[in-house]
Amino acid sequence: MTARIHPVLGILTGIVFLFLLAPLVIIVGAAFSDTSYLTFPPRGLTFHWFANIFAIEAFRTTAVTSLEVAFLGTGLSLLIGVPAAYALNRYRVELPKWLATLFVLPILVPEIVFGFSLLKSITIGLGLPVLPSLILGHALLVLPYSVRVVGASLAAFDFSVEEAAISLGCPPVKTFLTVVLPNIRAGVIAAFILAFITSINDVSVSVFLTGPGISTLPIQILAHMEQFFDPTIASVSVLLMLVTVGVMAIVEATLGLTFLTK
Amino acid sequence: MTVSLTIENLSAHYGSTQVLKDLSLSVAAGELVSLLGSSGCGKTTTLRIVAGFLQPTSGHVRLGDRDLTTLAAHARDIGLVFQNYALFPHLTVMDNVSFGLKQRGVAKADRLVRAGAMLERVGLSALADRLPSALSGGQKQRVALARALVIEPPLLMFDEPLSNLDAKLRVDMRVEIRQLQKANGTTSLYVTHDQEEAFSISDRVAIMNAGRIMQLDTPEVLYQKPANAFVARFVGFENLIPLTVKARDGANVTAEAAGGASLNLSQDIFGAIPDRFMLAARADGLAVKAVAGKGIAATLGTRTYLGRAYQYQCSTAVGDLVANGTLSEPLEPGTAAVLEPVAEQCCILAPEA
Repeated sequence: MTARIHPVLGILTGIVFLFLLAPLVIIVGAAFSDTSYLTFPPRGLTFHWFANIFAIEAFRTTAVTSLEVAFLGTGLSLLIGVPAAYALNRYRVELPKWLATLFVLPILVPEIVFGFSLLKSITIGLGLPVLPSLILGHALLVLPYSVRVVGASLAAFDFSVEEAAISLGCPPVKTFLTVVLPNIRAGVIAAFILAFITSINDVSVSVFLTGPGISTLPIQILAHMEQFFDPTIASVSVLLMLVTVGVMAIVEATLGLTFLTK
Repeated sequence: MTVSLTIENLSAHYGSTQVLKDLSLSVAAGELVSLLGSSGCGKTTTLRIVAGFLQPTSGHVRLGDRDLTTLAAHARDIGLVFQNYALFPHLTVMDNVSFGLKQRGVAKADRLVRAGAMLERVGLSALADRLPSALSGGQKQRVALARALVIEPPLLMFDEPLSNLDAKLRVDMRVEIRQLQKANGTTSLYVTHDQEEAFSISDRVAIMNAGRIMQLDTPEVLYQKPANAFVARFVGFENLIPLTVKARDGANVTAEAAGGASLNLSQDIFGAIPDRFMLAARADGLAVKAVAGKGIAATLGTRTYLGRAYQYQCSTAVGDLVANGTLSEPLEPGTAAVLEPVAEQCCILAPEA
């Protein structure tokens, strides 16, 4: 039994996919173009622009910085976010309602405003060096993902299971680590991936927090584009896509992609 | 090791609402006592305070000679069986049952033996390697029971353990719970809103209302001799008739109800009857008579066939009453009749304030 699809719906769906995929096709094509400027359809075929990424030191160092910031920032956001999500769910009745909203503010506030306020508060206010500023800034930026996604897992968690463990003689912290955490594992991994990707992609917060000598990959891509309009940018984009596809493939193989959407 | 549970003058608040009012209760060693009441009566709050999940505003909880009141929940050594089973979803049946032993530092080989023996007792040996998600409701509750029993706790507590099971399984499980509890001689506190369940499983039942115990007694006494109007209504005395004593002649008392109906009651049956009192009667305790006699004059309303009797909704001078009449003479609605108390099935209560 196959459901009949209305032709208009089919056409609309096709258009949506076209809009989503066409830019990616153009970028992939442009990355292999044997021209010194971005063009589509590509002319010739070369891997020169991919080699160029690795030849330019700024791409290498900013990629490392981006990974550092994403790993540490996301890790920090989980260290804050998991306990926060736990408290928000466990003590939902006792805690004031606005507290949950507080943790999603970084998503609600326009990113450019958020970035600027971080510059004022962390970099200038606290006088932190660039790298710690970036890590802290990204941790706050992705905190809503940690709290919300882990929170969604906890909402489905039956807290009487926790009480059962405690009644059987397991102290509270050990109960959290050995009983609660294994049951919200999928949520924590999903939160990590979403937060990590958000951090890796971020421009608007990083642009305020990067400083002399230290930058992230997206900022470097922008900087490179301002000077050279060559296919290097397209090849970096292709690499980033491949990394994302790789992460998703690992997730699919280990947990199944559906857990990201539930 | 059997010890008694003593709850002394327990009070508890949620915010400004007082949910337990100076509640005292003791469960003798090896006894099973139920807390019975509708939702919000404080029965679950009591259980959660004894478990250590809630702190009372005042009062004490003692298990044997240990004062538990300020002890952390995980140090109380109480077996708990939850309404929704609360099995560890990520652990197998065997690991669920041996969890408590592991916390007590029991060696792995010993754990497997003891948990295995307990699974055997609840008839689940074959399912030891399953995850809880692959079990039926009844199987889950057996695992939960085994998990609580295997640590050989001095106190077992049940929080509506059978509410999520279907009717047939509920009856089977309560027999099983009772047998295991008796065999182990474990002091037990059992929370339920189901009267039949409480009466069938317990040595004694505490009927609760609004944070207080209204009466704590054996099921037989509660059912036949309720101590007050609340308990009487709870155990099915549908008719509560206020009466005033008009004359006393030795053991015989003549009492009058509103509207002038006069009843003869014997203190040999009811014990001392105060000047103002209430007569409590189930429908069975009020006999419908078509002939004139001593009793409460009534006009019969809707008639229902019960199998063993006909039941009538009756309107009388003391209000609407429910009474039963014999199968041999069905009476039509609108008939004037007399309702006669069946002394052995009625009881005397103090008037409601």
